[in-house]
Amino acid sequence: MDLTTTLTGFVALYIFMLAAFTGYEIIGRVPAILHTPLMSGSNFVHGIVVVGAMYALLNATSLVEQVIGFVGVLLGAGNAAGGYVVTERMLEMFKPSNKAGEGGK
Amino acid sequence: MSVQPQFVIDASYFAAAFLFIYGLKRMSSPVTARSGIVVAGVGMLVATLASFLYYFGVTEAAQPHLGTNVVLALVALVLGTLWAWWSGKRVAMTAMPQMVALYNGMGGGAAAAIAAVEFLRTSAEHQTVPLVLAVLGALIGSVSLSGSLIAWAKLDGRINKTWRYPGQQLVNGVLFLATLALGVYIVFVAHGHAPAALVAAFFGAALVFGVLMTMPIGGADMPVVISLYNAFTGLAVGFEGYVLQNPALMIAGMVVGSAGTLLTLLMAKAMNRSVSNVIFSNFGASDAGADGEIKGTQKPAEASDAAIQMRYANKVIIAPGYGLAVAQAQHKLYEFVKLLVDAGVEVKFAIHPVAGRMPGHMNVLLAEAGVPYDMIYDLEDINDEFKEADVAVVIGANDTVNPAARTNKNSPIYGMPILNVDQAKQVYVIKRGQGKGYSGVENELFYADNTNLVYGDAQKVMVAMIQAVKSLEGGGH
Repeated sequence: MDLTTTLTGFVALYIFMLAAFTGYEIIGRVPAILHTPLMSGSNFVHGIVVVGAMYALLNATSLVEQVIGFVGVLLGAGNAAGGYVVTERMLEMFKPSNKAGEGGK
Repeated sequence: MSVQPQFVIDASYFAAAFLFIYGLKRMSSPVTARSGIVVAGVGMLVATLASFLYYFGVTEAAQPHLGTNVVLALVALVLGTLWAWWSGKRVAMTAMPQMVALYNGMGGGAAAAIAAVEFLRTSAEHQTVPLVLAVLGALIGSVSLSGSLIAWAKLDGRINKTWRYPGQQLVNGVLFLATLALGVYIVFVAHGHAPAALVAAFFGAALVFGVLMTMPIGGADMPVVISLYNAFTGLAVGFEGYVLQNPALMIAGMVVGSAGTLLTLLMAKAMNRSVSNVIFSNFGASDAGADGEIKGTQKPAEASDAAIQMRYANKVIIAPGYGLAVAQAQHKLYEFVKLLVDAGVEVKFAIHPVAGRMPGHMNVLLAEAGVPYDMIYDLEDINDEFKEADVAVVIGANDTVNPAARTNKNSPIYGMPILNVDQAKQVYVIKRGQGKGYSGVENELFYADNTNLVYGDAQKVMVAMIQAVKSLEGGGH
């Protein structure tokens, strides 16, 4: 580890715990109609992994590390960009009936 | 190492973490959902741009390679983004689940790559806790990568076989233990300085395990599996975030890890199955053909007759399935529904939790056709209304309306909640031919006294129905 390690032990545990509850709360009250977009949206959010891959690549010291880091950034960028486009396309289509003319009831 | 760039990085990650959570929160209501993804997108952009500031803080050893590394990072970012943007814009709404699987697998792969670079950094001093998390993240990320690829291939129709053989669970179990043993060796024996071949073997074993674990799972269960791998990738990202001491990765990863786990449980529950059941048992493999004797005959009906009966009904409930979307008939269907609504018929859409290929997938497909979301009802909200409905229309759905799930204990789908379309006064089933559903189970609804079948391509049937109603209005019969 080359970084100053400050997020260790219980601090890290607190972060993990609070983040886990946050995720649980967000999904728990979601109507079923949004499950697919939300799965896609959460899929986009873990695309943040690209940032970690960039750190790994920028600190690469050998060809093997550069190759793996390159693949990591490539995959991470795909995860983030693809997740965004797909989620946005799905959410764009959700419209209430007052916009779409006379509604059901 | 200057202080300022690190501060900017830290501040950007804080902003990103806030924007992700706030964005997801907004995504949880249909009214604000659209803005939610934009908010989260801004967070991603900020964090990615700030990461170039690592330029000022790289290790001594990496200094000579810095120029090359920055170029490589830019090329990888641009290539990955362009490909994903292009493919994401192009993909059809029906193919959305497998596309999500593909992007998800890429995220898992990226997490595994971070761990791989960490293991190869032989110069560094490794501590036990980060190493354990690095190994766990690598294992989960690799399984997520190869598993998601198989899930994608299966949903995309590239692999049709569910690959099973006796003793499969045992082989998978042994492989898993072997992978775990390699991981333990990397952490506790080699202390992060394992030979490259061993590290490669660890990743290889994890990837193969992901393939073997996913191969026997049937296509109908894939959505649950994709959701599970989505949660896996989240966990892997969170763990690698700890390794890199990156709070943005830790928070985003763990939020997705728990949200994804809950979503997986909800999906499994909607199919009345446990997650372990999905992964370790073979759905409908053994006794799909053993449910033979069904009384009655399938009675065909003309599209125009069905349409006219609906035109003069008080209440019509439509139960759409994946077949509707495959036939690209959702636009025509909504056009027909609008005619009915104009004529004063009360029309509602009833959505089974697993209609389409994922929970909510059918809602997306209907939304694509412009159907307002307040015409669309979940199973629990509408199931009691079928007995008041004059006509129930089943389009491209099968297993989700099979009464055997309520009555036949021997049926593989027994216990799954279904839409009670059979309780409507008249049922019309629009289907292509006399085939079985995704689970391969015969459907006794099609033989019921109050059921008539309208054979044909869903889109052509809808066109015929629209014409029938229009000629009624215009022709003056």
